[in-house]
Amino acid sequence: MPMAGAIRWQTALTALEPGDELARRRLGRGAAMSPHLSPDLVSDAQQLLAYTFMVHALIAASIVAVMAAVTGWFMVLRRESFAGHTLSVMAFPGAAAAILAGIPVAFGYFAFSGGAALVIGAGSVRRGRGGGVQAALTGTVQAAALALGFLLLGVYGGLLESPTSLLFGSFLGISATQVVSLAVLAVGVLAFFALVGRPLLFASVDGAVASAHRVPVKALSISFMVVLGLTAAAIAQVTGALLVLALLVAPPATAMQLTPRIGVSLLLSILTALVTVWLGLGLAYFTNYAAGFFITTVAFTIYLAARLIGTLAWRPRREMVGPRPPSKADGLRHASVEG
Amino acid sequence: MVSGREDARAGQGAERDAGRGGQGRARTPAIELHDAQVRLGGRTIWSGVEVAAGHGELIAVLGPNGAGKSTLLQVLLGAVPLSRGTATVLGSPPGARDARIGFLPQRRVFDSGTRIRGIDIVRLGLDGSRWGMPVPGAARLSARARARAARVSELIEMVGAREYANRPIDECSGGEQQRLLIAQALAHRPELLLLDEPLDGLDLTNQAAVTALVKAIATERNVTVLLVAHDVNPLLPHLDRVIYLAGGRAAVGTPSEVITSPTLSALYGVDVEVLRTGSGRMVVVGAPEAPHAHGRRHPLADGAHGAGAGG
Ligand SMILES: Nc1ncnc2c1ncn2[C@@H]1O[C@H](COP(=O)(O)OP(=O)(O)OP(=O)(O)O)[C@@H](O)[C@H]1O
Ligand SMILES: [Mg+2]
Repeated sequence: MPMAGAIRWQTALTALEPGDELARRRLGRGAAMSPHLSPDLVSDAQQLLAYTFMVHALIAASIVAVMAAVTGWFMVLRRESFAGHTLSVMAFPGAAAAILAGIPVAFGYFAFSGGAALVIGAGSVRRGRGGGVQAALTGTVQAAALALGFLLLGVYGGLLESPTSLLFGSFLGISATQVVSLAVLAVGVLAFFALVGRPLLFASVDGAVASAHRVPVKALSISFMVVLGLTAAAIAQVTGALLVLALLVAPPATAMQLTPRIGVSLLLSILTALVTVWLGLGLAYFTNYAAGFFITTVAFTIYLAARLIGTLAWRPRREMVGPRPPSKADGLRHASVEG
Repeated sequence: MVSGREDARAGQGAERDAGRGGQGRARTPAIELHDAQVRLGGRTIWSGVEVAAGHGELIAVLGPNGAGKSTLLQVLLGAVPLSRGTATVLGSPPGARDARIGFLPQRRVFDSGTRIRGIDIVRLGLDGSRWGMPVPGAARLSARARARAARVSELIEMVGAREYANRPIDECSGGEQQRLLIAQALAHRPELLLLDEPLDGLDLTNQAAVTALVKAIATERNVTVLLVAHDVNPLLPHLDRVIYLAGGRAAVGTPSEVITSPTLSALYGVDVEVLRTGSGRMVVVGAPEAPHAHGRRHPLADGAHGAGAGG
């Protein structure tokens, strides 16, 4: 993966809070207009796109949103949100270790999340059906990851004043190279799903039957875990390690509330994720609060709205279907009873 | 790939007809186990099992919990190896002919939160092992996709699931899910159907309906069916034979041969009594297993007294 540009990003990251401040102050002084939300949407958009860093952030976030929406959809279906969270948290010690070693932070993200994905994937497959064992293994990895992250930061001391940015995200200083590398990763991840989406779906909802159909269930589950790790590492670069799960879980969960159709559900998930990051970044830009906070809040709000729509719109329709017994299907059932 | 499968299917049909006419197929059983033994975790589950099942036979696999009924199906699927003896499934070693086996695993209820339509679950039985990604509206684009869509709706019609096939599967009742899963198992016109407790959790009406459906599939399509059950009574009118597993051994034969006091006593190694009610229902009394194991499953099916009845 081309990570050369990440070095510049690392400099931005190591500067962390002071960097944020500097950037904001520079914004305030140098710009003709300081960001100011107004009812005029065109002017809002112009303000948003006035700075390269913001354009980069928006593109990076959009790429990450699409990845999160698709990977997260399968993650939710497979009930692997807990593993997903652990892989995201792994990004934190990953980044800290990279900073300590003086290599691009993105390397740390991908190495740690990807490595943990292999461990969790292989471990859970070997134990077979024991979901509880997997949860215990995953939880242990997660706790160790957080502790390791803080330890590494402690060892590093000095320059890295606070882990806030690694944990909660900083969308400033996403370089063009980083955007390109995220795009390449996204193409890879989407290609993975285009290739194995259907057997993965089969293995996810119905492992026993899928393996009777010669679907390579174990190989799929390990490779999905790795894709999940890479996706989590990518998202962590925008939302921070702790808030990755919001983008991985909320959009697919929202979509699944609204429709049981697979294709439509996936598209809705992508759409929700895109709206979430755009709104989240926009709000962060105009208010000077962390993007991760807004992304999470927007994601949660949309999910709540979807649940509300789901309960209001879906249930009554079911009840309408229910008490309509003299239908064709019912006749058939009686026929087969007698047959 | 699909056309290849279709060709194979056509070939099977011809072969099957030949089998009915002459005795080409009648001579090769659908399933053959010879001196079969399975060991799992250092323990012998069963041994010395001899089974020869013909095409189109409906066979019940009976026995107490832990007798190895599910294990038997796993052996036929090639997922569990024999530690001794030989197994032949559709003329090949187990595992080689999986595309021609329909399988319904034991007690599979979809978790709430599986927001997938029943129709999509059925469809996975048809194309779930193909590479690629489900594309919305594909049926409008290619003839193959249209053919698959038609097959799926035929399957749904066959099990009478039209009404709830478009609902999310987690909103379907256990019995409705079971019907959809049977449709899924039938998707690619299997020659052998392995059903692990398909009647579990169904009310009496649905037990009878599913049994009749399975029987119709067995006779009309010449499909061999192995059906694991805990209560033989709903199956009795339709059964060709039973495989009764208990005490690490198996008794194979017609229900009236196998479900008798002497045979079951020999199998269990203790005195077991088989009672017949006036209506021809069979009740097994005294089998050395917790009676509540059956009572829990089908309190009504086991007779008014809830005696340790069943297969
Ligand atoms: N992977 C395994 N390793 C060790 N022992 C196993 C394994 N799988 C099954 N067993 C044991 O084999 C025995 C038979 O199991 P099986 O699932 O075939 O029983 P069953 O007849 O289907 O029972 P039930 O009526 O409860 O479904 C059980 O005692 C079980 O504990
Ligand atoms: Mg079983």
